[in-house]
Amino acid sequence: MELIWLVPAFPLAGFAVLAFGRGLPGKAAGVVGSASTALSAFAACVVAWIYVSGAPGGALGALPYPTSLWPWLELGSASPAIGFSVDALSIVMILVVSIVGFLIHLFSIEHMAGEEGYHRFFAYMNLFVAFMLILVLADNFVLLYLGWEGVGLCSFLLIGFWHRDRANGDAARKAFIVTRVGDVALLLGILLVAANLGDLGIGEASRRAIAAWAPGSGIAVLAAALILGGALGKSAQLPLHTWLPDAMAGPSPVSALIHAATMVTAGVYLVARSNAFFTLAPQVMTAVAVIGAATLLVAGASALAQRDLKRILAYSTMSQIGYMFLALGVAAWTGAIFHLATHALFKSLLFLAAGAVINALGHERDVFAMGGVAKKMPLLFWTFLAGAFGLTALPPVTAGLASKDAIIARLWYVGGNARLLWWAAMAGVFLTSLYTFRMLFLVFAGKSRGAHSEDAGLAASGALGAPTAVPLIVLAVLCLVGGLLDFPRFLGGSPFFGSFLGGALPPSPELGTDDVQELLLSLGPLVLTLAGIPLAWLIARRGIAATTATPEVRHPSRLAAFVRSGFGFDSLYSFLFVRPVSRLAGRGVDPVNLASEGLRGLTMRASRLLRSSQDGRPRRYLAALAVGAAILLAAVLL
Amino acid sequence: MNALLAIAALVAVASTMAVVLQRRAVHALLYLIVSFFALAVAMLSLGAAFAAALEVVVYAGAILVLFVFVVMMIGSEGPVPGPKAWIGPACLSVVLLGELAYAFFAAPGLLAPAGSPTAAVSPKEVGLALFGPYAVCVEIAAFLLLSGLVGAYHIGRRDPGSRPGGGKT
Amino acid sequence: MSAQDLEIALALAAALFVIGLAGMIARRSLVFMLLCAEIMLNAAGFAFIVAGARWGRPEGQTMFIFLLVTAAAEVAVGLALILALSGRLKDLDADEMRSGGA
Repeated sequence: MELIWLVPAFPLAGFAVLAFGRGLPGKAAGVVGSASTALSAFAACVVAWIYVSGAPGGALGALPYPTSLWPWLELGSASPAIGFSVDALSIVMILVVSIVGFLIHLFSIEHMAGEEGYHRFFAYMNLFVAFMLILVLADNFVLLYLGWEGVGLCSFLLIGFWHRDRANGDAARKAFIVTRVGDVALLLGILLVAANLGDLGIGEASRRAIAAWAPGSGIAVLAAALILGGALGKSAQLPLHTWLPDAMAGPSPVSALIHAATMVTAGVYLVARSNAFFTLAPQVMTAVAVIGAATLLVAGASALAQRDLKRILAYSTMSQIGYMFLALGVAAWTGAIFHLATHALFKSLLFLAAGAVINALGHERDVFAMGGVAKKMPLLFWTFLAGAFGLTALPPVTAGLASKDAIIARLWYVGGNARLLWWAAMAGVFLTSLYTFRMLFLVFAGKSRGAHSEDAGLAASGALGAPTAVPLIVLAVLCLVGGLLDFPRFLGGSPFFGSFLGGALPPSPELGTDDVQELLLSLGPLVLTLAGIPLAWLIARRGIAATTATPEVRHPSRLAAFVRSGFGFDSLYSFLFVRPVSRLAGRGVDPVNLASEGLRGLTMRASRLLRSSQDGRPRRYLAALAVGAAILLAAVLL
Repeated sequence: MNALLAIAALVAVASTMAVVLQRRAVHALLYLIVSFFALAVAMLSLGAAFAAALEVVVYAGAILVLFVFVVMMIGSEGPVPGPKAWIGPACLSVVLLGELAYAFFAAPGLLAPAGSPTAAVSPKEVGLALFGPYAVCVEIAAFLLLSGLVGAYHIGRRDPGSRPGGGKT
Repeated sequence: MSAQDLEIALALAAALFVIGLAGMIARRSLVFMLLCAEIMLNAAGFAFIVAGARWGRPEGQTMFIFLLVTAAAEVAVGLALILALSGRLKDLDADEMRSGGA
């Protein structure tokens, strides 16, 4: 357990090697990057093994094991150190991050081959993994914020990886700025906690909060709301979600790692980690659930109207994280984290496979220009299918099934207003099935539609190399099998995951259910999902017909355009924020700059004044002499 | 009360003011010569006959005549400042005059003359002083004149093909 | 002479000096400026004479002689300069003597 520091240290070392050692030949950079994450994953597994097997300092359900590496800031009573806290939650997170990260690195060795900046890519990816691990292992808020900012930075660097195209830079900036809004809220929340409770360690601050703050009191609500603000930004939930679809400008492995499996789930992790604060503010919990449900629906509907393959997946991510927030909002802590883990598996798989498809089709992203890929690249088809099954939570044993059902069941049982949320979740299930299968049909089924350089692309990557295929296969298998970790009792499984996490997270309130009811409840989503499949086929067919129709016949309806744009949030923000600020900036008068400009102007004017006294006019000098004489005389005489 | 002194003083002040206000330099010079004559009379009434003589012979007779020659060479019209330009200098002058008056007359008894009422300083005394204790100063004055001579010659020299004062300074 | 005479004489010296100063500041032509300088020198010399008369000593007049010498040298050089500049300065305007002008 003492070696927990190795887990983030390996990728950090990888970054250092890649950043400062140029000129590595060929794919060596990729190998270095993958190796460091592999070592990190190995270390994480070792730690997990130690924890599970009850070695000293760790037993199932034991208290978090703190490791303080060295002191950092001296702030009186609240002096954060560089310290890691190992408990069940952080172990789950580091396993997810390091293992999925390793697989994605492996995939990228070939996927990014031949790209300019290959070296840079792996350096940034390693740095990202390091920061993310720091984030989830941090035992105090300030270190967590360090990791938080770090992943934001790496996200910016990686979204804008192909920086020569201006649009990518714009997307990266948009991501950074929107999440910045959330980051400020988080920072304010941290400061509030520090000022009010006097300690920055997460565990200690939680204990003090429970002791000092009354549930529902203003300060608890404020603190929880601020922390929630940070989570919303990073996890791309309403209203800070507009950056995620545009972030697809980056390479597919980036989307897989950062925007599906890890960074966007940092918000969920944050809320789960600070559950004490949220439990003390029921109003904020309600807000969390409502926001989750709203995002779920808005994003799901938007995904249905997208043409860009990666944007579909982006909106899908937003929607699934909405599920997680929904779960958090009704205190289903373990359910949310479980869904986080399973989502990491299938969504990263989907992104990687999508990336491979896009590359194979000559960088074509429009689904209406794809089709028939199943016949040409069967491996991609089967792995993608596995991921899709996970996403839509289809049986037999898929990961998504277990996690999603757990959440939905809880919603039903919480009762009261939560029934509304249950309806929203069911609608979400239906939408998920619709957009997933629409995507599947459009990309893989039927005849190939696009006028792309298909032959060249496919010929080049017709046979996928091992580094590309292995991660896909591994992830596919995990998708199918991962549900075993926490299988519902009524189907004969054992809730291993739930009890594992129970050591770190407060137990969700007892449900008092019986197996029959649970079975019926899980049938609901299943029925909806299956019903969605033929409807998705119809929608796909309609879409194809619409795009191939002649321009006069084709009228993209206003509603469709509105939904495709993500329900107009971008235009709203542009109107509210972007345009006034641009106008103000373009005016040329910068009120903030006035202080330094004013000083400069003052200095110039004073110097001009002084300079004019040396203008070379003798009469002036004489007058000055006379005045001086008068003054001197007066001084002497009087 | 020495009427001669009073009248001479009035004439001197009046003609000096006229000097400053003239448009043409020649007129100003002539007024200045009048002013110097008046001053010589004033010096005479104070008993400084030798100084009065020198004032007329050297100052008015040599220096101002030199002025007249030069002015005739270069023309005597000049820009005359309007009444507004006089405000500043006039104020300054009044202030200084007041201060000087205060300096001279505030202390009582400063001006009680020693010696007899008609004590005049004769040229003989001045000569004895000049070539006695102040002989070195006379030598230095000679240096001064020499340097003035050389400087004026050099500045006013006209090399064939070069303008006066042009080139090296 | 009486104290009153000396008072008048000193007042005369002061007045002449101040007039010369005013003229020097106000007028722009170099010739006039030099002229006013002479006025001021003369006034100062006259003040020395008054002092010498007050004490009945020759030093007043010797100082006056030295002042005279100074004035003569100065006028010689000054007029030579004026002659040299007369071609280049417009109207011998002192304000034109900045680096841009001459």
